[in-house]
Amino acid sequence: MNVQEELKDSIRKALPQLDVVIGWCASFDPLHATPLFMRSKKDIDKLEISPLNVHNLATYLPGMRGKKVGIVVKGCDSRSVVELLQENLIDRENVTIFGFPCTGVVDQSKIKKALDHMGNVQSCDMSDAKVLIQTTDKSHALPLADLLADKCNSCRYPDAVISDYFIGAKIGEAEPPEIAYGALEAFEKLSVPERFGYWLQELDRCIRCYACRNACPLCVCRDHCAAESRAPHWLSQENNVRDKLMFQVIHAYHLAGRCTECGECQRACPVDIPVLMLKQKMNKEIRDIFQYEAGVDPEVTPPLLSFKMEEENITEKEW
Amino acid sequence: MPVLEGKELRIVGFLCNWCSYGGADTAGVGRFNQPTDLRIIRVPCSGRIDPLFIVKALMNGADGVLVSGCHPRDCHYAEGNFYARRRLDIIQKFLPILGYEPGRFEYTWVSASEGQRWQQVVTSFTDQIHKLGPAPKIVGPVASDTLNLMKAAL
Repeated sequence: MNVQEELKDSIRKALPQLDVVIGWCASFDPLHATPLFMRSKKDIDKLEISPLNVHNLATYLPGMRGKKVGIVVKGCDSRSVVELLQENLIDRENVTIFGFPCTGVVDQSKIKKALDHMGNVQSCDMSDAKVLIQTTDKSHALPLADLLADKCNSCRYPDAVISDYFIGAKIGEAEPPEIAYGALEAFEKLSVPERFGYWLQELDRCIRCYACRNACPLCVCRDHCAAESRAPHWLSQENNVRDKLMFQVIHAYHLAGRCTECGECQRACPVDIPVLMLKQKMNKEIRDIFQYEAGVDPEVTPPLLSFKMEEENITEKEW
Repeated sequence: MPVLEGKELRIVGFLCNWCSYGGADTAGVGRFNQPTDLRIIRVPCSGRIDPLFIVKALMNGADGVLVSGCHPRDCHYAEGNFYARRRLDIIQKFLPILGYEPGRFEYTWVSASEGQRWQQVVTSFTDQIHKLGPAPKIVGPVASDTLNLMKAAL
C-alpha cells in the first residue's frame, strides 16, 4: 500500500474525533492541486499526495483555533506548525498532525517557463522522474528535478519535525544538512547601488495584492495588518515603489526569528518577485547572532521575545 | 537654511527620554560644539523604537539614522534596551540587502551625564554619513532615473 492510501486509512480512523482534516486534492486542471477540507468519509477519497501539493496548509490553523483540526503536512509545513505552537497561536491538543516523507513539490513558475503557456493541459503524470505533460497541441517530457522548487533542492527537513501519525519511511538524515543560501550570497556580492536598483526594479511590478501576506502561515494579524493601519500610517495608498518595498520590509521584519522559509510568499506572488530573499537574509543574520532556527522545537522562545544581559554575538560600535 | 544648502545632510536621531535626550541636553548646556545635521526625535525608551522607524526614515529621504538609549542595565524601564539591542542589531545587519550602506544606521548608548560622549557620537556619526554622501532616493526624479536606467539595461 502506498503512502497516499495509508494516509487515507489513518485519516479515516482519526476523523470521527476531529471536526475537519486539511489535505490536498486535484484542482481545475491536471497541473494544479488545491487544499481539501475533509469533513466526511466521502471527502477522504479525494485526497491526493503529489508534487503538486505546494500549499502550506498551516496557514489555515490560526483561523480555526478552537476547532479540532487534523492537518497533513510536508516537512516544511510542519515547521510552520511548530512555530505557531511556539508562539501559542494554536493549541497542541486541538491539532492532529499527519506527516509523510516529502520528496519535493514543483515550482509552478518553472513549469510555466518550460511549457509556453499553462492553458489547455490535458494530462500530467508525475509518478516518475520524468514528468509527462500533455497539452492540446504538444506533449512534454521534463525531468522532475528541474521543476522542483528551489527550497526542495536544498531541503533540510523532508519529514515532518512533529507529527501524531507518520506514514511511510522517513527519508531525512538524523542531522539536517548545512543550510544553503547560494542565491542570497551571490546577491550580497553586488554593489550597493546595484542592490538598491534591483529592488526598485523588482518591486516596480508589484500590484499590492498582498498574496504574499495572505499565504504566509505566520501572518496572523489578518484584519489588523500594519499595511492597512491608518494610525500609524505605515503605508500610503499611493502607487509607488517606496510603499511596495516598505511593505516587504515590514513583512520580513515581522517575521524575524519566526520565518521558517516555507516560501509561500514567493510562490503566491502573481508577478514572481523574489521576496523570499529578504526573509532568508533576516534568517541568516538571526542564525549568526542567536544560533537559532525557527520552527524546530515547540518549547523554545523565539529570540526577539527574549534577551540576555550580556549578548555573546552582538558587538557594539566603539565611538 | 539656504546657507547650508548642499552642505548639510539629513540625519534622524531617535533618543530615549531618560538618558540620551538628557545627554544631548547636557552637551548643549556645556556648550560643546556639534554638527547641525541631526534632527532629534524623543521617544520614551529605546525599546519604543520599532526598527521599521529606521527603514521608514531612510526611505522617506533621511541620509542617516542614529538611535541612542540608556546603557544596558541602566534602562529606566529595566529591560527596554535589552530588547532594543537585539532588534536594532538585526535591522542594522538587514539594511545592506536593501541597498543601504552598512554605516547609514548606528545605535549606541549615551547616559544623561555623558555630554562629552554625546558630542563625540554626533560628530563621528555625522562625519561617517558625510563620507557616504546622500542616501539613495527611492522616490522622486532620482529614483525614476535609476529605475529607467535599470529597465534600459535589460
